[in-house]
Amino acid sequence: MDMPEPEPGTLVRKPELVARLRAVLPEDAVIDAPEELKAYECDALAAYRCPPLLAVLPETTGQVSEIMKICHDMGVPVVPRGAGTSLAGGALPTADAVILGVARLREVLEINTADRYIRVQTGMTNLSVTAAVEDEGFFYAPDPSSQLACAIAGNIAMNSGGAHCLKYGVTTNNLLGVTMVMADGEVVEIGGAEMDAPGLDLLGLICGSEGQLGVVTEATLRILPKPEGARPVLFGFDSNEVAGACVADIIRSGLIPVAIEFMDRPIIRATEEFAGAGYPDCEALLIVEVEGSEQEIADQLARIIAIAKRHNPVAIRESQSAEESTRIWLGRKSAFGAMGQMGDYICLDGTIPVGELPSVLNRIADLAAEHGHMVGNVFHAGDGNMHPLILYNANEPGQLESAERLGAEILKLCVDAGGCLTGEHGVGVEKRELMTHQFAPADLEAQMAVKDVFDSTWILNPAKVFPLDVSATRRARA
Amino acid sequence: MSILTAKETLAPQSEAEVCAAIRSTGACVIEGGGTRRIGLAEGERLITRGLSGVTLYEPGTLTFVAQAGTPLHEIDALLASENQRLAFEVPDLRGLFGRQGDSTIGGVVAANASGPRRVASGACRDFCLGVRFVDGRGQVVKNGGRVMKNVTGLDLVKLMAGSHGTLGVLTEVSLKVQPLPETVVTLVVPGCDAPGAVAIMSDMLGQPFDLTGAAWLGGKVMLRLEGFETSLRYRVGRMRARLRCAAEEIWGAEACTPIWCGIRDVEAFNNRGGDVWRVSVKPSEATGLIEAVQPEDVMFDWGGNRLWLLMKEGTDLRAKMTTGHATLVRASDETKRRLGVFHPQSAVLARISAGLRHKFDPDGKFNQGMMG
Repeated sequence: MDMPEPEPGTLVRKPELVARLRAVLPEDAVIDAPEELKAYECDALAAYRCPPLLAVLPETTGQVSEIMKICHDMGVPVVPRGAGTSLAGGALPTADAVILGVARLREVLEINTADRYIRVQTGMTNLSVTAAVEDEGFFYAPDPSSQLACAIAGNIAMNSGGAHCLKYGVTTNNLLGVTMVMADGEVVEIGGAEMDAPGLDLLGLICGSEGQLGVVTEATLRILPKPEGARPVLFGFDSNEVAGACVADIIRSGLIPVAIEFMDRPIIRATEEFAGAGYPDCEALLIVEVEGSEQEIADQLARIIAIAKRHNPVAIRESQSAEESTRIWLGRKSAFGAMGQMGDYICLDGTIPVGELPSVLNRIADLAAEHGHMVGNVFHAGDGNMHPLILYNANEPGQLESAERLGAEILKLCVDAGGCLTGEHGVGVEKRELMTHQFAPADLEAQMAVKDVFDSTWILNPAKVFPLDVSATRRARA
Repeated sequence: MSILTAKETLAPQSEAEVCAAIRSTGACVIEGGGTRRIGLAEGERLITRGLSGVTLYEPGTLTFVAQAGTPLHEIDALLASENQRLAFEVPDLRGLFGRQGDSTIGGVVAANASGPRRVASGACRDFCLGVRFVDGRGQVVKNGGRVMKNVTGLDLVKLMAGSHGTLGVLTEVSLKVQPLPETVVTLVVPGCDAPGAVAIMSDMLGQPFDLTGAAWLGGKVMLRLEGFETSLRYRVGRMRARLRCAAEEIWGAEACTPIWCGIRDVEAFNNRGGDVWRVSVKPSEATGLIEAVQPEDVMFDWGGNRLWLLMKEGTDLRAKMTTGHATLVRASDETKRRLGVFHPQSAVLARISAGLRHKFDPDGKFNQGMMG
């Protein structure tokens, strides 16, 4: 994976940049010491690292605006950073870039339960938004698995999903408005607390734009009443095909489970050894969770079990208590940790049409064998969002590259099956060069033309999302 | 109501013909079924109805792909044959406008046409998975796809939804659908004034009842639940316990459908003089707003988030509003020209929107006059 060479002219102007930023920001908001900058050299795609020129940690929208004005004026690239949990390298800096971290933008600005929204600064973590409204019986629905750490700013940048988005949708379906600082420092309000906004759907464009269009500093989020309860059921099957067919039948039935999670044999084995959740010994495993009152849950689970029984499951485990629910979720929640214990891994997140699940899983197994890597699959089956985990050994030369080659093959397979490169992690740097497999030149040109409108000199998170050669001319404008 | 000045008509039969037509034409007005256009625009008519047909339907994955000119009724019938439907309850405004014609799926997406179920499931744009469109240079652009989770690149699907044909001519759309519920019930609470209605709707929407409709008209609050009967009986019981006032229960699709179609299509304002405005506002500010603007008649949908107002002809509603935003849906061309159909935007948003239009349509061919 390549990143553009840093601009020497920018590097030599570091003292001037620091002085200008210090003049408008609190003393400790500008970080320029090399040892402190190491903290910003990567995000959760830790295989790639590069300390930035500087990091800034503003506390207000006004300060973000001042930072952008200065960087725009000096032609310095800015890489916005939420909590740095991106798996796609969305917050990976270059040596000539300023990291703009939102970590100090952490205030709740307004809670309105009557109109069902909350307005927050975007440095707040995903889970702390729910915590702010929980006592009043509400929650914020998108639940990426990093929700304890990840920031709303990053959720908006990546249009994050989570296990429960089958019922509640992803970030874009729960975002009502933003305050955004443009590349030139101008502050713009898009949307508001209403359920729709006038004019073109710029909010829909901003959400998932990976820091290409602006820095979102405040967000108005839809909050929902907390369900009365939730309970899962676990099914074991003797083949991926049968599990996949069961998923399709559940979806068609009119039931709307909040989650349908799928684990294949490599993952089941790994998690059993790691967490000992007591999963059945089988080829594929589904966890289906439903919500509602006790009676509603029992009723829905009975219907789901009836559907699953038509597919001859080798195991059925319906949770009867909170302890059993925790146990059922234990293996799923420790899947990444279990794989992590077996070695280093790359986590992909291509999406496919649900009907293609069995054939794509089989093809992934073939590709894994060809490339000599172990691949486990654990994912949100209800919406076809796969998470193949490719194991490799970082200490063995060539292993990362080989795992990446396999990853690229798997993602191309997802696209060819009628899906896409990324369902919830974003393109970042990781999938940048694969974009031409999914999009024709005119498709990418249209997307870059949109960035031109918001950021004519391409200083915001350049070298991300678009293949480097495709964006080269535009990036040269900065 | 004549809106456009049509000189000639372009009627491409394929995406390639759309490209050719755009390359050879000047200003054009894009038309699907011609049933829901609200803005003013001038130019040659470019009719998309020749691009018709569902190209892919996978009931097991809740998705379909259709050419943009496919009639809505064909899609409705196809989905119904598999016990599915479009989740966002597409309004049929032909009665309100006094128009004929067959709505097309492309027109639905271009208008982001969304009905009462918006309050629970989302708007049309939330169910749009992918688009193909032809830009002002006559080039085909695709974005999104046919899967439910997709964050690959910038989301031009959302941008195209609700862009009223100002950025390109949609040629194909893919959408997510919803299974039909087992049954439906409407709880009708009579004798409510506007503040009382908002209080009931906000309270009910703040509880985990999964309401799929919350509207107020003719002094009645209508609350809709959809799902399995056992579950609905339980929730209706809980709702009644919270309401502590008389409420009628109307069960089943046969009895509920006319009620919610009436709300969806703003039937109450059909064949009545006056201008029709659609207002978006925070529910807690809805009552204050109608007191300030004194409409001839009013209907609340989306729990008081969407207001339909019947105003005396030519009234400048926006001048009286202190909150929210308003679209002038039905009025004379003269009034629309004078007051503007779409709500004015801040200078910076207007600049961004104009910039996007220029990028997608550099020669200003599409729907000139529409959306500012």
